[in-house]
Amino acid sequence: MAKVHVTTTINGEPSEFLCEPNDTMLDALRGPLGLTGSKEGCASGDCGACSITVDDRLVCSCLMLAVESEGHQISTIEGMAKGDRLHPLQQKFLEMAALQCGICTSGMLVASDALLKRNSNPSEEEVRFWLAGNLCRCTGYDKIVRAVMETAADMRATN
Amino acid sequence: MNIVTDNKWIGQRTIRPDGVDKVTGRAAFAADTNMPGMIWGKVLRSPHPHARIKGIDTSKAEALPGVKAVVTARDIVDFPLDKSVMLGIQDMRWMCRNVMAREKALFPGHPVAAVAATTEAIAAQACELIEVDYEVLPWSIEIDDALKSDAPILHDFMKFEGKPSNIAGRLEVKKGDITAGFEAAEIVVERSFTTRPVHQGYIEPHACLISVAADNKTTIWSSSQGQFMVRAMTAYLTGIPQSDIRAIPAEIGGGFGGKTIVYLEPLATLLAKKSGRPVKMVMTREEVMRATGPTSGSKSTVKIGAKKDGTIVAAHGIYYLQAGAFPGSPIRGAVGCSFAPYDIPHVLSEGFDVCSNRSKVAAYRAPGAPIGAYAVECVLDELAEALKMDPLELRLKNAAKEGTKAAHGPVYPRIGYIETLEAAKASPHYKAPLGKLQGRGVASGFWFNAGGESSAQVNITEDGNVVVTTGHPDIGGSRAGIANICAELLGIDYRRVSVLIGDTATIGFSNLTGGSRVLFASSIVATQSVEKVIQTLRERAAKIWEIDPDAVKWDQGAAHPVSPNAGQFEPLTLAELAEKAPSMGGPIGAGVQLNTQGADGGFGTHIADVEVDVDLGIVRVIRYTAIQDVGRAIHPAYVEGQLQGGVSQGIGWALNEEYIYNKQGKVDNPGFLDYRMPVCSDLPMIDCIMVEVPNPKHPQGVKGVGEVPLIPVMSAISNAIYNALGKRFYSLPMSPPKVLEVIDAPETRQAAE
Amino acid sequence: MTELRYLAPNSLDEAIKAFAAAGSAGRILAGGTDLLVQMRAGVVKPGLIVDIKKIAEMTKIEETADGGFRVGAAVSGMALYDHVSFGKVWPGVLEAVNLIGSKQVQGRASAGGNLCNGSPAGDSVPAMVAAGAIVTVQGPDGRRELPVEQVPAGPGRTNLKPGEILISFTLPPRPKGSSDAYLRMIPRTEMDIAVVGLGVSLTLKDAICTAARVGLGAVAPTVLLVDAAAKALIGSKLDDAALNAAAAACSAACRPIDDKRGTIVYRTKVAGVLLKRTTAIAAQRAQGN
Repeated sequence: MAKVHVTTTINGEPSEFLCEPNDTMLDALRGPLGLTGSKEGCASGDCGACSITVDDRLVCSCLMLAVESEGHQISTIEGMAKGDRLHPLQQKFLEMAALQCGICTSGMLVASDALLKRNSNPSEEEVRFWLAGNLCRCTGYDKIVRAVMETAADMRATN
Repeated sequence: MNIVTDNKWIGQRTIRPDGVDKVTGRAAFAADTNMPGMIWGKVLRSPHPHARIKGIDTSKAEALPGVKAVVTARDIVDFPLDKSVMLGIQDMRWMCRNVMAREKALFPGHPVAAVAATTEAIAAQACELIEVDYEVLPWSIEIDDALKSDAPILHDFMKFEGKPSNIAGRLEVKKGDITAGFEAAEIVVERSFTTRPVHQGYIEPHACLISVAADNKTTIWSSSQGQFMVRAMTAYLTGIPQSDIRAIPAEIGGGFGGKTIVYLEPLATLLAKKSGRPVKMVMTREEVMRATGPTSGSKSTVKIGAKKDGTIVAAHGIYYLQAGAFPGSPIRGAVGCSFAPYDIPHVLSEGFDVCSNRSKVAAYRAPGAPIGAYAVECVLDELAEALKMDPLELRLKNAAKEGTKAAHGPVYPRIGYIETLEAAKASPHYKAPLGKLQGRGVASGFWFNAGGESSAQVNITEDGNVVVTTGHPDIGGSRAGIANICAELLGIDYRRVSVLIGDTATIGFSNLTGGSRVLFASSIVATQSVEKVIQTLRERAAKIWEIDPDAVKWDQGAAHPVSPNAGQFEPLTLAELAEKAPSMGGPIGAGVQLNTQGADGGFGTHIADVEVDVDLGIVRVIRYTAIQDVGRAIHPAYVEGQLQGGVSQGIGWALNEEYIYNKQGKVDNPGFLDYRMPVCSDLPMIDCIMVEVPNPKHPQGVKGVGEVPLIPVMSAISNAIYNALGKRFYSLPMSPPKVLEVIDAPETRQAAE
Repeated sequence: MTELRYLAPNSLDEAIKAFAAAGSAGRILAGGTDLLVQMRAGVVKPGLIVDIKKIAEMTKIEETADGGFRVGAAVSGMALYDHVSFGKVWPGVLEAVNLIGSKQVQGRASAGGNLCNGSPAGDSVPAMVAAGAIVTVQGPDGRRELPVEQVPAGPGRTNLKPGEILISFTLPPRPKGSSDAYLRMIPRTEMDIAVVGLGVSLTLKDAICTAARVGLGAVAPTVLLVDAAAKALIGSKLDDAALNAAAAACSAACRPIDDKRGTIVYRTKVAGVLLKRTTAIAAQRAQGN
């Protein structure tokens, strides 16, 4: 198959890459783009480890063709910290031990960030249902949910 | 919570050393790395549950442009069936046939060949060009089917009681005489239970990247629970000497026991050797579910007899566990752990290892023990009801304690089981009111825990900080625990301690990450290494002050004279001594390698509240408290994390997780859509009460904690459903169709005799 | 290896031309949450993928002149959720679309894709059927409309002709006192395929049900429009007798299978349970309108 040349914006920076037409965005991120922070847990949209945002909308990168990213704004885990300044969610996850093995963490953070951008005061139930698409096998989700809610509270307090 | 607060670092919720990389996506897991010239490997797998392999023709695959190597069973070292070769608990006879089918394909998904090519797509296409001549054979998967008199026998050499059989072995644990014991019982409850196979469910599929030079020097980068196991198994199966293999542990995305053996590494090594190119192999989720080892499905019968005052006098457990394609189900865990929390004079616990045409079982968090405990703890609940006793009181009355001789052998030292029961009784959860269609259940559990080999090195940097190298992949936060301990012992800020995991070339032998042993074992060798370093630091200070080393103490990160009589000297800090090191005798560091001892079993007691939707049969866990004797919580958040993670796996096992097979004997739900693990909205907060009864044999009092949390869960939930509905369940999972069937069934209650 | 071409046309005519020319090798891409999974599993190997998301009509949500709604076939669940008024008028359709998969899936998945995938268990379909949606399709022979319940033909199949592309769903204007609801039975709280899915749309006037439609999914090769259940509700005050009769009608209409998600016995019972619960929610919402 002839490769396709794609021009897009990733974490605010212009990006271009070559890919097969049937490559997913996850394939492109982890392959030619060298952005391995998004993980493949299932390649079928059931685990959320590959979560990214496209034009600020939360999606599974394994359920999107790489070619579709042309002309859109892609945000991945690699764009959450600014230089050596961690995003409040990243910092809170560390402080509250909201990760163990870390394989789900990229997706959890991207998904949590997407939630807090839409809803600055989510209830526990809202957090849980929003994150239902992000599987974690290590933590039982307890500390993750607490970290998201505490970050939301911190962010409300500073605003 | 009972957390030690007079330590500066031990018991504190420090930030884990690997944390920043993990929250920024920088942490390198096995599939994240590439090497120049890398090619891709794929596996061809048997479509049949049971088939003799008459021949394999790989010529068309080899001719496909882009294909660089093909591997079949011929390339794997053979371990003849008549001689057992053990590596830990794994028998290489089965391992060599598990990584690639030899005489027979024994489950759908069993590898029969592997290909390496310049792209994944070409490798996959090449697999389809391999022609395998199968003689399809009848198959059986479920224990009952595998035990039928006309069942297809998987292994011709296997005999049980003189006859060809799928029973690979029997294990027994015995104390006293149960015949006499049951005669003295005034009340007896006997029940039978079944469970389905469940998968560890790690989110990261198996992956490796391997490079083999022309002189056999091999570098393995892989996701595993033991780089030394990876090295050893790969050496055994490829014939490359261990000293030529460097196995580097990547960050691991979950294991829970499922990554304590290898699937891909020997294949990728042979492909890399044949092709002269680094080979990367990553399993798909479907391959993980079909071809790696879930735990056993099971059939158990448990009979417990007691006096009317609640004293348990006899207990008999019979556990049949599926091994899958090769012998090795975890009957040891079922047999040894299920009655272990109790002081029972007469016990017989028997386990049967049953082979059948499904993937070979792999370890899953306290292997075998959850299956045994599920049965025993449910029977105890019925016994308590028949005796009109509170279920915690029944357990307290019969609780094992210091001096109790366990049926599986040891005499218990100071243990904290009773403390977990008392904490459960006293907890706000246990007293909280319940609403309509809500119920509460309790259960306990025990796991052996382990010590085993561990190595550590502690080196002081030239700028006066600390690098600690340990030998076990970190799946639970052990690096944070080690950092806490080393910072505490040296009296320095936690952030000055760097903890790394070495590979097989850079650290001494360290046994698997599993058995709830990593922090226990690695902290012993790290502690001893730090103690040696402190000894050196005291000697250096003594030399500078020209006093006896015995007159120097180490405190708060510096050497001090032990008393004013020893001399008036300003303290010498770690940084100062490090700076002077080259002129004072050389580098400051020490390493220790040990086969650590003194690990004692872990005990837990859980309280589960459920709510049942009786029209749909849906059970929801609405409140959960896990109470465990953790010895000493070096890093409380990561100890809690083990409890919470184990509980959530148990909730999945109790309610919705199961392997479903279709009529062709293939797994019908090989993905996260229909293999239903708990999602975030399924679970409540999981409260933890950590009881600390320090382990007297460990320098910081540590006990292993990781495995116990899975053990009581399924029974606690089953007992809770009974409390809500008045209906007992005797099989897992308690999924909605099954729950509704029981709810709608006419009243059939099995009474105690 | 199949040569795959990807096309993202800006016009419907271009899309239809290319899609029709590709014949059985062509696939429409909206959210891709079914297509990409099927491609990855190897069950579908398209030669041409036509991405319809650049076609304005496909991604628009607009109110029609008579007060109804027209929802483009490729509108994602999240886009529908974010619309200022759609969810107030059709809460049942909205919640059905937003029960498909996860939030990530809802960021892409569309009612059009859900319908055309032809799964008997697709969540949006029972609600669309209950709503009385009319779909607009266009192909080489032109544009036509048909009731949504006529689109599914069986598991994985639709009644769309070769080359036809689903364009939009048109939902009728709502009389006062109307609302809808969708419930499904799944074993977990999210992420499962519906074991039974049920949508109810109704109108209440002075506490009497004057109109009702019931769509029942995952219990037959296609989603069922259960007339008998609607008839039992219409003219009643949604009292127990009416609800029981409607529930029984749903159970009777079931033609389910035993599979890894549910049994015949279970699905048949659950269909009746869901009818009662879904009707109660729709009625409560209708009382507020």
